[in-house]
Amino acid sequence: MDAVKRYFRSPAAVIGLILLLLVIAMAISASLLYPRDPLALAGRPLVWPFTNPRFLLGTDNSGRDIAAQIFYGARISLLIGGVATLIAILIGILVGAFAGYYGGWIDNVLMRITEAFQTLPNFVLLLVLVAVFGSTLSTVTIAVGVVSWPAPARLTRAEFLSLRNREFVQAGKTLGMRDIRLILGEILPNALPPVIVYASVVMAVAILLESALAFLRLSDPNVASWGNLIGLGRDVLRVQWYVSAIPGIAILVTVLAVSLVGQGLNDALNPRLKSR
Amino acid sequence: MSDPVLSLDGLTVRLPRGADRSHALSDVSLSIASNEILCVVGESGSGKSMMANAIMRLLPNEVEIEDGRMMFDGHDLCTASPAAMREVRGAGIAMIFQEPMTALNPLRTIGDQIGEMFSIHTRLSKVEINARVIALLDDVRIPDSTAAAKAYPHELSGGQRQRAMIAMALALDPKLLIADEPTTALDVTTQAQILRLIRDLQQRRKTAVLFITHDFGVVAEIADRVVVMQHGVIVEQGAADRVLNDPQHAYTRQLISSVPPLKAPPPRSLSGKDVLSIDRVSKTYRTGGFLGRGARVTEAVKGVSLHLPRGATLGIVGESGSGKSTLARCIVRLIDPDAGSILLDGKDWAKLTPDQVRRETRHIQMVFQDPFASLNPRRKAAELVAQGPIVHGVDRAVAIAEAKRLFELVGLDPSAGDRFPHEFSGGQRQRIGLARALALKPDVLVADEPVSALDVSVQAQVLRLLAELRQQLGLSIVFITHDLRVAAQICDLVAVMKDGAVVEQGTTAEVFGNPQHPYTQALLSAIPGGDFTRKRDSALV
Repeated sequence: MDAVKRYFRSPAAVIGLILLLLVIAMAISASLLYPRDPLALAGRPLVWPFTNPRFLLGTDNSGRDIAAQIFYGARISLLIGGVATLIAILIGILVGAFAGYYGGWIDNVLMRITEAFQTLPNFVLLLVLVAVFGSTLSTVTIAVGVVSWPAPARLTRAEFLSLRNREFVQAGKTLGMRDIRLILGEILPNALPPVIVYASVVMAVAILLESALAFLRLSDPNVASWGNLIGLGRDVLRVQWYVSAIPGIAILVTVLAVSLVGQGLNDALNPRLKSR
Repeated sequence: MSDPVLSLDGLTVRLPRGADRSHALSDVSLSIASNEILCVVGESGSGKSMMANAIMRLLPNEVEIEDGRMMFDGHDLCTASPAAMREVRGAGIAMIFQEPMTALNPLRTIGDQIGEMFSIHTRLSKVEINARVIALLDDVRIPDSTAAAKAYPHELSGGQRQRAMIAMALALDPKLLIADEPTTALDVTTQAQILRLIRDLQQRRKTAVLFITHDFGVVAEIADRVVVMQHGVIVEQGAADRVLNDPQHAYTRQLISSVPPLKAPPPRSLSGKDVLSIDRVSKTYRTGGFLGRGARVTEAVKGVSLHLPRGATLGIVGESGSGKSTLARCIVRLIDPDAGSILLDGKDWAKLTPDQVRRETRHIQMVFQDPFASLNPRRKAAELVAQGPIVHGVDRAVAIAEAKRLFELVGLDPSAGDRFPHEFSGGQRQRIGLARALALKPDVLVADEPVSALDVSVQAQVLRLLAELRQQLGLSIVFITHDLRVAAQICDLVAVMKDGAVVEQGTTAEVFGNPQHPYTQALLSAIPGGDFTRKRDSALV
């Protein structure tokens, strides 16, 4: 595969992939390294990092192991990032494909709805959704996905608009293909690369959105997430700053990894743009 | 012959590694004197455009001049500094391009863009510049030059845009004008006008012109001397008369002989029964406007009636905007006609519902113009050909096997089915498109400019293939083209379209031998190199 070869030629993309694999490894190994509940009390509160070998990254204000929370938090962040992205991209492709392919009033209606979503700041919309439907892990994930679809929808629509009049699509029509086959079989595979690349942006934003919710203590309090830890650390920010800083770094690294991978994918899938 | 304005000596240009050959140009030597038109002819990939870019030192980043000299005005352009090159470009050597729409800045007026030439290279005042711009536009015979100077590129027609480009190129009285396929994107009547204009200006101003083209008809029309290129090497050069009438190199002979003759082949006896009859078909486009105000109405097809006897080929010829492609798309129902009937085997095709069209579509198939755009880049060739039968319920494995057989029919290697479209050349892709259309065993094939995007030698092959298949499979063909030479070669019947209506129709021999309508006469006389071909045709007989 040319695309794979091109991907590994870029150092930034490889670093991004390594970081992302590290985060995934943390998520997988969490229950092996820290078999106990990460939210259980483990020792004295507010132990500084690297002072007690039992708590490598110290403890938070209620005496829970920060390292354990970071490892388990990787699971939550990846879960929310992955599932929310999947939801956003699926809705986006569906809306964008129909709007772009059919045009006319279908396009008008779908795009006005998309604009309605886009004009609301998506964090405010997220707050409303969480306020109405509660803040369990699954509602937060779905809510993050539901506020993130307009951009992928617009991107898909733009691709469909330019592709639907190509001769190969018309050729498909003259062969007697149904619309759904033209949309899914002929146009979508050609429209997909930029959408896949954009998915990495959606994922990074989804992780940040969840953290922001947790910072406001509106995310699910019953799971160990990086955002929750930052939210807790807020109370002791001026003295025990590490409680917020450590999960902050974890978020930074993950978002960086995801966007580096996205950039690498972009260069690998659209090679002609790279050489400019 | 006077001193050469430009002489290339052993010019060699290297391509980046991984290209299909190591050098774009190898050891190219030629010279152009003032007051002569030198035509560089070659097919796509022959390096002729690369040569123009090398002279202007506008090569892409990875492409380098490896060896040789380009003497212009006593300086070697190969070693000239970027600053010196900027002085040469525009003032010493000017260039016009194939597509004036993309070469002009859409956000600035024509007058502004021509005036820029003066403000960059001279110290003239604004008033003087304006006067010069108007004078130039008059010189290239743009109607109403004051209005044209204030117009934006999209407000002018293709021919007028090319005239504006020529005005811009000639602004500073360059010694050399490089014209890179300047008429390829234009209609045949406009092309004839532009060729005459270039000839005329060149004679008045004694400019040297390096004219790049792929069309031997154009060469016959305009060239003083000819350089024939193949794969980056000059295979033959000499005076136009000599090269055209007594070509020495085999490649030149092949190129000249693949210029289609203008005479219709002997008429074939046609079946009395129509397979397709089109009766007063119309299509009108309405765009913009609110509640009927300010709407633009375009009558693309106006009450066209045509008949296609079984087994015959009906050519629909016309210039861009004549409605021929819209008509073709109406016939296959990619576009729904507003009125009229299209009888295919007794069924009124114009009145079928979209669902019925989908089922009946196997009786009428289409071949498209652009072999690069008409194949889905993400499907393998065999899959592309098998798609139609699969949609109509044929088992996948059977359809793929059938596709391989069709590959053989259209002259492709059956084992090439596992390759993707980008691995084929333009002519091969057009064969895949043909195989795809034939896979459904249609009665009628609608071919929309199927050879327009191909080189002449490939064009001839594809046309031969079409003629063979017509015989072999008993196909009836509707053949849309802007190129009268191509139409003359393959069509039994010809209909000439202008502004959405058919102005003349009849057998090819009638229409071409004795055109009745003034528009048909204008089209025929505008064919570049028409005199040359007619002479050759009569010599052959």
